[in-house]
Amino acid sequence: MLKLTQYRNHSEKIELIKSGKISLRKNVEEFLHEIEDKKELNAFNFVFDDVLLQADKVEEKIKKGSAGKLGGMVISIKDVLSIKSRPMTCSSKILKNYEAVYTATAVQKLLDEDAIIIGKTNCDEFAMGSSNENSAFGIVRNPHDTERVPGGSSGGSAVSVAADLCDASLGTDTGGSIRQPAAFCGVYGLKPTYGRVSRYGLTAFASSFDTIGPFAKSIEDIALIMSVISGKDPKDSTSHDIEVPAFTLNVDNVEKYRVGIPKEYLNPSSEGGLDQEIKEAIENQIDLLKENGYEIKEISLPHTEYAIATYYILTTAEASSNLSRYDGAHYGYRSDKANNLFDMYTESRTEGFGKEVKRRIMLGTYVLSAGYYDAYYRKAQKVRRLLKEDFDKAFQQVDIMLTPTTPTVAFKIGEKSADPLQMYLSDIFTTPANLAGIPGINIPVGKNSEGLPIGLQLMANHFEELKLLRFAKKLETIQ
Amino acid sequence: MNEKYEAVIGLEVHAQLLTDTKIFCGCSTKFGSAPNTNVCPVCLGQPGVLPVLNKKVVEYTVLMGLATNCTVNRKSIFARKHYFYPDLPKNYQISQYEEPICEYGHITIDLKDGTKKKIGITRIHMEEDAGKSIHDQDFDTLIDLNRTGTPLMEIVSEPDIRTPEEAYLYLTKLKQILTYLGICDGNMEEGSLRCDANISVRLKGETKFGTKTEVKNMNSFRNVERALAFEIERQIDLLEDGKEIIQQTLLWDADSNVAQPMRSKEEAHDYRYFPDPDLMPVVIEDKMLDEIKKQMPELPDAKKNRFIEKFALPSYDAEILTSSRELADYYEKILTVTSDYKSASNWVMTEVLKVVNEEKIDITDFPVSPENLGKLIELINNKTISGKIAKDVFTEMLKSNRDPETIVKEKNLVQITDSSEIESIVEKILSNNQKQVEEFLSGKEKVLGFLVGQIMRETKGKANPQIVNDILRDKLSSLK
Repeated sequence: MLKLTQYRNHSEKIELIKSGKISLRKNVEEFLHEIEDKKELNAFNFVFDDVLLQADKVEEKIKKGSAGKLGGMVISIKDVLSIKSRPMTCSSKILKNYEAVYTATAVQKLLDEDAIIIGKTNCDEFAMGSSNENSAFGIVRNPHDTERVPGGSSGGSAVSVAADLCDASLGTDTGGSIRQPAAFCGVYGLKPTYGRVSRYGLTAFASSFDTIGPFAKSIEDIALIMSVISGKDPKDSTSHDIEVPAFTLNVDNVEKYRVGIPKEYLNPSSEGGLDQEIKEAIENQIDLLKENGYEIKEISLPHTEYAIATYYILTTAEASSNLSRYDGAHYGYRSDKANNLFDMYTESRTEGFGKEVKRRIMLGTYVLSAGYYDAYYRKAQKVRRLLKEDFDKAFQQVDIMLTPTTPTVAFKIGEKSADPLQMYLSDIFTTPANLAGIPGINIPVGKNSEGLPIGLQLMANHFEELKLLRFAKKLETIQ
Repeated sequence: MNEKYEAVIGLEVHAQLLTDTKIFCGCSTKFGSAPNTNVCPVCLGQPGVLPVLNKKVVEYTVLMGLATNCTVNRKSIFARKHYFYPDLPKNYQISQYEEPICEYGHITIDLKDGTKKKIGITRIHMEEDAGKSIHDQDFDTLIDLNRTGTPLMEIVSEPDIRTPEEAYLYLTKLKQILTYLGICDGNMEEGSLRCDANISVRLKGETKFGTKTEVKNMNSFRNVERALAFEIERQIDLLEDGKEIIQQTLLWDADSNVAQPMRSKEEAHDYRYFPDPDLMPVVIEDKMLDEIKKQMPELPDAKKNRFIEKFALPSYDAEILTSSRELADYYEKILTVTSDYKSASNWVMTEVLKVVNEEKIDITDFPVSPENLGKLIELINNKTISGKIAKDVFTEMLKSNRDPETIVKEKNLVQITDSSEIESIVEKILSNNQKQVEEFLSGKEKVLGFLVGQIMRETKGKANPQIVNDILRDKLSSLK
């Protein structure tokens, strides 16, 4: 029997299907089999029962030569993105019975290019978390070590790709929710520039931070998906009207980008610091680049130490507002304990939301309250501007920034769930890109002594995803 | 009102804008559709939806800002105002808070004593309306979200208003401007124009403000006047009794003519405003501002002044004729046919408005076209018919809006201006009324009216009154 791993990227897969070496139906059946087989990973909230039907239709199109750019790519979708007439729960009890009434723009673009949507992936509730332990559908396990977390919040998406349950996945990244689980699971994960991909249909956690991006096993597939989902959407005023490149990776004639190493990332001031093995892996990559004639520059992002605090003030403020609509009145969970309006709100929300979500709603409500707004929210906005300026200045000197994606490898289930602050610090290297709105990508760069994946993060200036991807490809070729 | 005190009043007016679609989605704003039919995922607050600003709302608000002498801020931002209520699906209202679109304006009201007074406008901002909760049903509560997301403009006045009458004049002036601009129908009873008031009282001469209360739920212009009068009295009575005024919100109850305090729980709000991250700042470029300025119609004050100067109308006439843009348009259309400005004004102010008010119709639905009314005035002025006959012709026109000339011809109403014909009728009447003639000759001048009446009756009102008068006086004096 032909194995899934027979192709390295989508164009190889298409060739195999066209030449009759694999059938798309068989391929999807294998994925379904793997999902069933690796049920303990708990990557999916829902697997769609009509997926083979989708496969047959697309296979027909591929053979006729009329399939779209993603024809036959099997993609899972994080369960915070709307697909019409499919459940959308955000891994929360409060939306457990909710079915989406429209399709998110990014998902619609995948469908328009004949992608096959296999199901909705598990995640931290409302994308709040770094370990996928905050889910009403249960924890997700890391395929490299099932006693460890896959990272979060898009844990299910990362696992679905890492464990060969599908070809690619769409996740969301508000503070690292694509890059961190990609690092923990050893796959590629791109957080696009804020405004590059429409947020319409992405259940808002923190509206000025939220982005949608792909997970895949190859840079080529990341680029291919980006070429499909990017672009201005009239339904999203914050999506940017800027030309979408073809995302072609031909790296032969590409200039040698100047690479910046932010010193605050390799010697973080925070408690716990940076895992030694990760540090070495990153330094090896830096050496490799030097050997290949790249200009490596140490740079400074002086406000980095304020990133986590700033991030949690602003994102919880926005979250407290965005999540106020889940109240039991119009859709979703309604407590049967209540017999008046006030109790309906409090009981439905008390029973419907999980602990971490409630913690963030309370924190966000507090920072927006009369008398505290200036001290927290307004001040955090000012610091956000300073963090942005750090990046603006740095990108005058370098094209690409290279950092570790995470301070540690995947940690044990339960290890940090009792200490929110420790949990929040696992996003220390990823939140700055969201604060600044710039793109970032996780590149798997081998494993540590325990066999756990190590991730390297690349960041570029606004709307320079192509630079990121070309550099990532180059890095891959010089390994 | 106790003469020792003066009231300090500021008004917050919400005007529903006459756009075809809602402020942040493409749903229709049509009134009276079946409940929950003018809705979509966006205005229903479904997960993942995003607002997209309706440009018309910006244009309309800028128009109002310009019409009320405001500074138009080239950059303004939307903010979220949070409170939980079932007719607000997102549990926050998208509004403007810091950096509204218009600020620092004023309008001028004409006081009864003939003086003018400026009322400052603090700010004008854009926001979305909530839906409607219907409580008085067999069910617990029904929600209709058709109105959710209907564009509103909030106009906040400075505390420059001193009396309920001034508040009334300010409101009617605002309504007049809104309807002139065609951006709001100004109907308070139907809720397309709503008004809340902040009221405090203080001793005359005092410069500090007293403790204020807020009065809501005044759904007509007269109710605003009554509610304010009530609240001012109430506050003065408290102060006179040596009691304190509690800062609170009161609801006007129009049936019992009192303002009742709201339960404190309902008003204990911390709205937690913050800039809406889903919407970009509203930036108004020169080009857009120029285009909006081009749409600016002649405003009530300018029109009134023009009517006074160009048509030599009394201020009173000009005020009434420019009370609405449609009425002024009607008047000016009459003037395309006749240049008798004053007669046209008289006809509109008496005959036309009488019917409009009695029948409670809009001037735009008035059955007689202004052109035909102009012709009627010309028929009088060229002595084809008398003023009295003209009233009859007008009554006929109300039924059919036919050309007055046709009516006059058909009904044979052309005035008798032939002196010899009138002379023979006068002679006939005099010989038939010897007694009255003698009375006249003995000095009872009043009898003249009777004799004119007889002549007019004989001619079915068609005799030219001036000629009748002249001939009659001639004949009578020759008898002396």
